[in-house]
Amino acid sequence: MAYERGTATMIDFIRYKVWPVLAVVICLLAIWYTAAVVLNTPFQQDKYARANLENVAFTQLVSDTLSQERPVLPAPHQVVEEIYKTTVLKKVTSKRSLVYHAGITLSSTMLGFIIGAVLGIVIAVLVVHSRVLDKSLMPWVISSQTIPILAIAPMIIVVLNAVGISGLLPKAFISTYLSFFPVTVGMVKGLRSPDTINMDLMKTYSANGNQVFWKLRLPSSVPYLFTSLKIAVAASLVGAIVGELPTGAVAGLGARLLAGSYYGQTIQIWSALVVAAVLAACLVAAIGSLDRMVLRRMGVAR
Amino acid sequence: MRKSFPLLTPLIHGTLVLTLVLAFIGNGSNGSNLFLIPVVVLAASLASSSYGSTALARSFLLGVGLVFATVTLTMSLAAFRGSEAPNAYWVFVVALWLASWKLNETIIRIGDERPALAKASNLMVPVIFGITLLFLWEFIVVGANVPKVLLPAPSDIGVRLANSLPTLWADFQQTFLKAVLVGYVLGCGAGFALALLVDRVPFLRQGLLPIGNLVSALPIIGVAPIMVMWFGFDWPSKAAVVIIMTFFPMLVNTVSGLAASDAMHRDLMRTYAAGPVATLVKLRLPTAMPFIFNALKINSTLALIGAIVAEFFGTPIVGMGFRISTEVGRMNLDMVWAEIAMAALAGSLFYASIGMLERMVTFWHPSMRAER
Repeated sequence: MAYERGTATMIDFIRYKVWPVLAVVICLLAIWYTAAVVLNTPFQQDKYARANLENVAFTQLVSDTLSQERPVLPAPHQVVEEIYKTTVLKKVTSKRSLVYHAGITLSSTMLGFIIGAVLGIVIAVLVVHSRVLDKSLMPWVISSQTIPILAIAPMIIVVLNAVGISGLLPKAFISTYLSFFPVTVGMVKGLRSPDTINMDLMKTYSANGNQVFWKLRLPSSVPYLFTSLKIAVAASLVGAIVGELPTGAVAGLGARLLAGSYYGQTIQIWSALVVAAVLAACLVAAIGSLDRMVLRRMGVAR
Repeated sequence: MRKSFPLLTPLIHGTLVLTLVLAFIGNGSNGSNLFLIPVVVLAASLASSSYGSTALARSFLLGVGLVFATVTLTMSLAAFRGSEAPNAYWVFVVALWLASWKLNETIIRIGDERPALAKASNLMVPVIFGITLLFLWEFIVVGANVPKVLLPAPSDIGVRLANSLPTLWADFQQTFLKAVLVGYVLGCGAGFALALLVDRVPFLRQGLLPIGNLVSALPIIGVAPIMVMWFGFDWPSKAAVVIIMTFFPMLVNTVSGLAASDAMHRDLMRTYAAGPVATLVKLRLPTAMPFIFNALKINSTLALIGAIVAEFFGTPIVGMGFRISTEVGRMNLDMVWAEIAMAALAGSLFYASIGMLERMVTFWHPSMRAER
């Protein structure tokens, strides 16, 4: 759009959209560096004292605090360097490659997300069509989310393992539990979103329940569906990561977090966190672009 | 589309007859004759309830029969402990489930016939649904003889819950009263305060909002190991995780809430010569309240999850997360479920109390009025 309306919009876009975000990001990075120096100084002072170094120059102190091996708070460039080392420089199949771990987390995220989305849609369709289910199930769907499922993730995984279900499915189950809820709530809202006037029109056409569903309810629920899918995919990733924590997780971003916390490898923790954040942003963005594509095909481009 | 499932009543009768047939075929095997009385009572209450003139009478008759049948079956459960239940048992459990479905359908009708009772019937339906699920769980676990290390029956969990109240209370204190509440108040407070500041500076709003939205979608719970490293094993580190988790939803929601007031209303405040503070307190904060309460509700569940998960990374030997992870390791699943029940109860009460507060504060909002 910006190109059509000339460069003025482009400049506005940069001035009002990009620049403020960039400024805040720069501020946050500055705060991060300062915090890294402040938090890492005590350990560095200890080190100097043990080496009998006195009157160390301030610049020396700063550069030392930003290049510790196991800092309290690693500096951003250390995290970036670690990510570069463990993604680009390592083979993808290597157990030290973050791409490998991210791939494992991604696969259980996607499996859980797909099951959760389908389950959510099915429940929503049932709830919209059955009054008993609406009244009896919906309150429980909502209160199901006050149960801290992440807290019982370890038990679910141990129990499912004992039954003989292992591998992706137990982790995916937790993702499913977290992701079905937003989809159900959003879809119920969406399937009920058609205006009375449209429903009446369908009635004058003497459309049956099936036709109303496929031709009116379902199309008008699509925007709601995608909004909730974005929330669901983010929740699904959280579920997959936490699902990897228990049972001495072997692989995945959650396992990297846990291993990092056992061995005090702060840089490893932070790099796993950053990769998880990037993954979440990518997943949400992917759903967002799918959303725009589908809506454009349906003729409701925003 | 609002019609009830027409085959329901014949289906219940069919399963009841099948129960009796199976019970007579399997006579001699353990406990087959136990089904005679509950089946007859349930069938009688079903038949008599179809003659009830009002939905209230029909639900009452069906409800009494259902309660009686369920109680009889529960008392006869001891006969099946330690062995597989006969086929008649399973068919009867299905019949009970269908009958409870039927009961719910009838109870919904009460609300249609007598609007004064609509609220009570709307409350009863989910309660009956929940109780049905609990009994089904019990019947299936006991009937199929599922080992306790896989899935304990609700009755076992209840016994365990009652027997270990002191432990549960200590865990509750450690996790909920210390970590969750402190973190929740500080996190929401900080988010709210920063939102007020951001609101005064448009530049900050444009810069922070996209970032806040992004962060809300991130797996923030991953900072838990870092916080445990920084603040030690005790509850302050868990509170720190809760602060970070609750901060961003509060920030984003409050900022968009403060922007939600009508231009017309703001103009009105200007004509009154109201300063920024007066506008904030009298107009913009009240308009932002639905958004703020939305964040408070989201945060109430996030806070509990954050505190419990943070305990997986290191904790003193008390706390809900600690108890869950250690009892799973010792295969004491009834204790784990007792802990979950307490967490769910605490979470629901927390959520409900915020919901009540919301009703009191935002009584003027259309969504509140519509419910009355």
